[in-house]
Amino acid sequence: MPKITYIEQNGNSKTIEVDNGLTVMEGAVQNNIPGIDADCGGGMACATCHVYVEDSWLTKLPKAEDAEQDMIDMAYKPNKNSRLSCQIVVSDEIDGLTVTTPEKQT
Amino acid sequence: MIKTDVVIIGAGPVGLFAVHQLGIKGLKSEVIDNLDKAGGQCIELYPDKPIYDIPAVPKCSGKSLTDNLLEQIKPFGSKIHLNERVQEIKEDKGLWTLKTSNNKTFTTPNIIIAGGVGSFEPRKLPLKELTKFEGKSVFYSVTDKTSFKNKKISIFGGGDSALDWALEFAKYSKVTLIHRRNEFRGAPHTLKELEKLKAEGKITIKTPFQIDSINEGKEIKFINIKNDDEKTEKIETDIILGFFGLIMQLGPIAEWGLNMDKKTIKVNTENFQTNKPGIFAIGDICTYPGKLKLILSGFHEAALASVECFKRARPNEKYRFQFTTSSKEIQDRLGIKK
Repeated sequence: MPKITYIEQNGNSKTIEVDNGLTVMEGAVQNNIPGIDADCGGGMACATCHVYVEDSWLTKLPKAEDAEQDMIDMAYKPNKNSRLSCQIVVSDEIDGLTVTTPEKQT
Repeated sequence: MIKTDVVIIGAGPVGLFAVHQLGIKGLKSEVIDNLDKAGGQCIELYPDKPIYDIPAVPKCSGKSLTDNLLEQIKPFGSKIHLNERVQEIKEDKGLWTLKTSNNKTFTTPNIIIAGGVGSFEPRKLPLKELTKFEGKSVFYSVTDKTSFKNKKISIFGGGDSALDWALEFAKYSKVTLIHRRNEFRGAPHTLKELEKLKAEGKITIKTPFQIDSINEGKEIKFINIKNDDEKTEKIETDIILGFFGLIMQLGPIAEWGLNMDKKTIKVNTENFQTNKPGIFAIGDICTYPGKLKLILSGFHEAALASVECFKRARPNEKYRFQFTTSSKEIQDRLGIKK
């Protein structure tokens, strides 16, 4: 099962196994990872599952759609590494992905 | 004081359909919503985006779904109290009293919370120092545009609201439009107009930049903006406007002593009652094993909650299940003339 690492702003980090086909957001919510609210449940309508993807992984992920970028405009402190974790689908190709959660979502 | 059988908190699709399910059972209801119009997330977040999973409606928009629901509940004459938030609730001998932000009071045996993920509030700029200037020189919406004449205005955001106000204020003020990336998302004619004003030097555009800091002191004089490469620029500014859409905040509901799971309210799946008798939660705000945040699930939850509301509002009457197709009583309530 692919492993995803979630790092908090305070440096705490957790690596968990997430089933293929789930999203990075779902992996976080099901395992009580702090810092990912996911208010809208994965509908790309709220930007509260915002994460920063580690540089080395950024180009390996499928590119964000326009609608995702539009939503990231609304996120708290977005930067060039910003993605919505509900739009990153877990697969063997992204085994080892590391994301950092923002200090808060709103 | 308004007396009613049921107070519904939230005028989204599920709250509106609750009016219908209560209405056909002969119950009166009042709806309260923090927004300025009915429709909830459907209207606020995706009025024009298509929805494909409303049973028997292959495709509709958030706007048309809301319009149809409003049409469907018209016969029941429920009042929708907009721009109002329920601040506190109190219980006395099985009756609930609610107070709103506009100081209205309601008394009712039943409260249905259909509040989505809470009430919508504008998202703010991520700089704490700005809080004390809110309403004076920092704004997240525009109510009186005349007060923005002949000023130096820095506008943050890349969507329609940011663009529309940038174009408007560029007519009589010095506008800088700041956005975190180079692409703006707006109607084609808006984007064209923006390009034109930029070429004519009537508007300054700074991308990809975000706010970094402001000057110290009692008045805003300038802001510093920063890009991803840590390059900063100073912009003289009297007024800061931020347009980052809306965020849902649970607000006072969290203080009502309901059993919660994170931001959702735990209910039983027999009648969607919470741990407090007479308080129900339906739609996105409720949770139970297997919960799906779908509009159609919310409709089902509304139907079941309405039965228990009937029993509480009419303790001396027997609830009788009826079909709209064949019940003369329901058809009378719907105002159907034969």
